[in-house]
Amino acid sequence: MNWDWQVFCRNTIDGEVMPRCFGNGGEITYLDWLISAWGWTLSVALLSLFVALLFGSIMGILRTTPHRGLVFLGNAWTELFRNIPLLVQIFLWYHVVPSLIPPLRDVPSFLLVVMGLGLFTSARISEQVRAGILSLPGGQRMAGLAIGFTLPQTYRFVLLPMAFRIVIPPLTSESMNIIKNSAVAFAVSISELTMFALQAQEETSRGIEVYLAVTGLYFISAFAINRIMHAVESRVQVPGMIGGGK
Amino acid sequence: MKKTLTLGLAVAAAFAFSQPALADTLAKIKSSGSVTMGVRESSGGLSFVLGDSKFAGFHVELCERVLSDVRKQLGLTRMETRYQPVTSQNRIPLMQNGTVDIECGSTTNNAARQKDVSFGVTTYVEEVRIAVKANSGINSIADLKNKNVATTTGTTSVQHIRKHERSAGVDFKEVFGKDHADSFLLLESGRADAFVMDGQILAGNIAKSKNPADFKIVGEVLSVEPIAIMIRKDDPAFKKAVDDSLIAMMKSGEIAKIYDKYFIQPIPPANKPIGLPASEATKAAWANPNDKPMEAYAKK
Repeated sequence: MNWDWQVFCRNTIDGEVMPRCFGNGGEITYLDWLISAWGWTLSVALLSLFVALLFGSIMGILRTTPHRGLVFLGNAWTELFRNIPLLVQIFLWYHVVPSLIPPLRDVPSFLLVVMGLGLFTSARISEQVRAGILSLPGGQRMAGLAIGFTLPQTYRFVLLPMAFRIVIPPLTSESMNIIKNSAVAFAVSISELTMFALQAQEETSRGIEVYLAVTGLYFISAFAINRIMHAVESRVQVPGMIGGGK
Repeated sequence: MKKTLTLGLAVAAAFAFSQPALADTLAKIKSSGSVTMGVRESSGGLSFVLGDSKFAGFHVELCERVLSDVRKQLGLTRMETRYQPVTSQNRIPLMQNGTVDIECGSTTNNAARQKDVSFGVTTYVEEVRIAVKANSGINSIADLKNKNVATTTGTTSVQHIRKHERSAGVDFKEVFGKDHADSFLLLESGRADAFVMDGQILAGNIAKSKNPADFKIVGEVLSVEPIAIMIRKDDPAFKKAVDDSLIAMMKSGEIAKIYDKYFIQPIPPANKPIGLPASEATKAAWANPNDKPMEAYAKK
């Protein structure tokens, strides 16, 4: 096996090795491109995670309310987005939705992918948030209402603080999954890590080096999310409660 | 970055393997009585799938004839030909590890690949061109300023236009489709203003589109690439057998008839013709058989 790690110092125009590994004056090296691709992966993943947490929490909460209409909305949302394969959803957002709603044609494909990936993951988060709330004894909700809290106040001050602590471990997995799932963005022309790997290994013929570097960056990204969530988990734990004091 | 490299090296060390020293394809074919042909599922008229694991195309038919000559040379009465679909990502590793013995797709013969594999004499010379919508007003590279230019992930066409970008000072945005059909859809839907790719792929996609008159191929030839049949490196006996068979077809004019069958006549699955007569460069390669890499063409 002959290694050629200099491949990352080559510029993308004629493959010459650049001094100091970074391009200048409009020329870029594969290292520049790799870093920009990493940035795209992180941007897609983190924005999608924000969308997913927002919609997933709302829908998860609605599914546990006593109002049948709201429960139906939450259930319909969750089943719609988790029963269609992710790649198909991405194509729907990218090719089908803009042809049905013309103004969406001018929306950058980046935002369409964020919506696609975010809403897909929101279905999974909704399921976890619902499970967290339902795992609490029924008496908690009744106690909240009995001391005069409105329903929103009961959720805000009684149910959600416990439920979210309980579901931190599955949310950690979901947040790491979103980093890995962001690879589907390559299928709609986002220049992220997977796209970089496919394209750069073809241009340089150094597939193994390129894939190892990309693998490393995916690992670092997902592991960083894992550590952050772990820190959040220990930060918010309450002794004597589920998911708390060890 | 340093951390990534260290990690990469550690992973690589764990998977370290030795390349099998297996470079006598003729002996392998003789002892096993079979040969594996690497084919592409969607490389325009060069190699395409007919469904039901059957493949056809200009290069596939050339290879079938080459292998029939090889069978006669080896004195085998029966020889089984297996078809193995390959992609642009895995074709070279599969050739090196012996999974395929001869690759008949759309592989460009260039100096970087010659370090890993060997090529038969050039059978087809591809010209990289620009396809645009007929009413777009784009007629040359200079008109691509600030436009979205589509190309297909895992191909080298975009490198040529980057070179032109630097020399002409034309700034444009690259958009990558995941395959040729997807790149063409980018052009068709207006997400891209131009599609830069091998001429025969552009011509084939335009022929298959709903309204072929809406598209045209414009501008200068961005690069000239010799496309050849790929074989294992350091196997002179097999290379000679392949080259002799190809050169015989070039001398007899047989190759022009096979070309006509796939590039002028209607081909499946749509039963529409690609409609791309052999270029001067392709005819020159048939007249003077050679296995020069792409870099030798660029110098002209």
